[in-house]
Amino acid sequence: MEWREEGVLLAVHPHGESGAIIEVFTAGTGRYAGLVRGGASRRLAPVLQPGAQLDAAWRARLSEHLGQFTVEPVRSRAGALLGDRIGLAGLSAITALLSFCLPERVAYPALYARSVALLDGIGAEGWGLAYLGWERALLEEMGFGLDLTRCAVTGSTEDLAFVSPRTGRAVSRSAAGEWAGRLLPLPESLRGGEAGLAEGLQVTGHFLHGALAASLGDRPLPAARDRLATLLSRV
Amino acid sequence: MAGTDEIEALIEMMARLPGLGPRSARRAVLHLIGKRGQLMTPLARAMGQVAETVRDCTICGNLGSSDICAICADEERRTGQICVVEDVADLWALERGHAFRGRYHVLGGTLSALDAVGPEDLGIPRLLDRVTDEGATEVILALAATVDGQTTAHYIAEALEGSGASVTSLAQGVPVGGELDYLDDGTISAALKARKAF
Repeated sequence: MEWREEGVLLAVHPHGESGAIIEVFTAGTGRYAGLVRGGASRRLAPVLQPGAQLDAAWRARLSEHLGQFTVEPVRSRAGALLGDRIGLAGLSAITALLSFCLPERVAYPALYARSVALLDGIGAEGWGLAYLGWERALLEEMGFGLDLTRCAVTGSTEDLAFVSPRTGRAVSRSAAGEWAGRLLPLPESLRGGEAGLAEGLQVTGHFLHGALAASLGDRPLPAARDRLATLLSRV
Repeated sequence: MAGTDEIEALIEMMARLPGLGPRSARRAVLHLIGKRGQLMTPLARAMGQVAETVRDCTICGNLGSSDICAICADEERRTGQICVVEDVADLWALERGHAFRGRYHVLGGTLSALDAVGPEDLGIPRLLDRVTDEGATEVILALAATVDGQTTAHYIAEALEGSGASVTSLAQGVPVGGELDYLDDGTISAALKARKAF
């Protein structure tokens, strides 16, 4: 069993004195784990930083084995972001969320392409909104997509002002009535606009915590995500 | 099994040490047995003494033989500077350089997105108290140039905003004796960003 593909390094776990078990996300194979011999060495440790784009070759005798990676750096992303508080928080949040929620060895080519574009664009103008869109895409790929195109009660596409915290569907102001206090606000940022990034992250955060994390054995969502949301909300 | 049960037990214990496996542990034990008087007995005595006396410094987290380590107890060291390091090995590395004469703070790790290590798991709240109590004027963040290390550095810098202490960090870039051709692109990128007037 072997394959070779370019992918994003999501996580590095020390293994023994000099080895590392890494998780790589590729378009064709999804999230794959494997051992890198000498992964903690002086030569490889700078290469194996989360977010790095790697040319990875995985090999194992049987497909169910952990397997071994040999990796070549394609480009580092962390090096340029170490001094950038929000950029580094973004890189951590993206890689930690992918590592947290992607099932092993299931391909998500569209999410991969979107993740690579987002990682490459960290720090660019409008990056916060791109990150919000990426969280929506992540929720959708994991089966918790938000339907914000029409009112869940009336079917109207006008005056949409809320999101149901249970179903993730939009609700219009008139249909919300006395339930408005129990619904999440629907900001412009979730409807293609630019205003309300913080409110948008609150909505996606609600479903990341309450639906996605809950479906994964109620494990706590990586703290990096909320750290980034806090930083973006202050901008 | 070639030796006695006691020797085998010693080999098994030695094999758990970093850098040693069963074969190298066997060689080390045979070497120690061959030099019982000069090496094995003094080593056993030294290990026993350290095991009995070693403790964490209640101020900085360094290792010492009393509640306050030698660095914190040294009145000739500057009190206004606190150098924050990840672990004791980093503190010892800085001390080997003889370039810093202030005091230290050992975090005991870094924030980790995946391993759910938060600020309370590290010595960060204690560091913030120290900065206020000791009236520190500068906090030097000597943390690893990794994603987790610098995430921790940013977190501490943010937590120290308004404390009155200036926050600095170690430079990142080309190591002494390093050739550009052999450096990874992340290091070169960091070095370019941190360039200075020459």
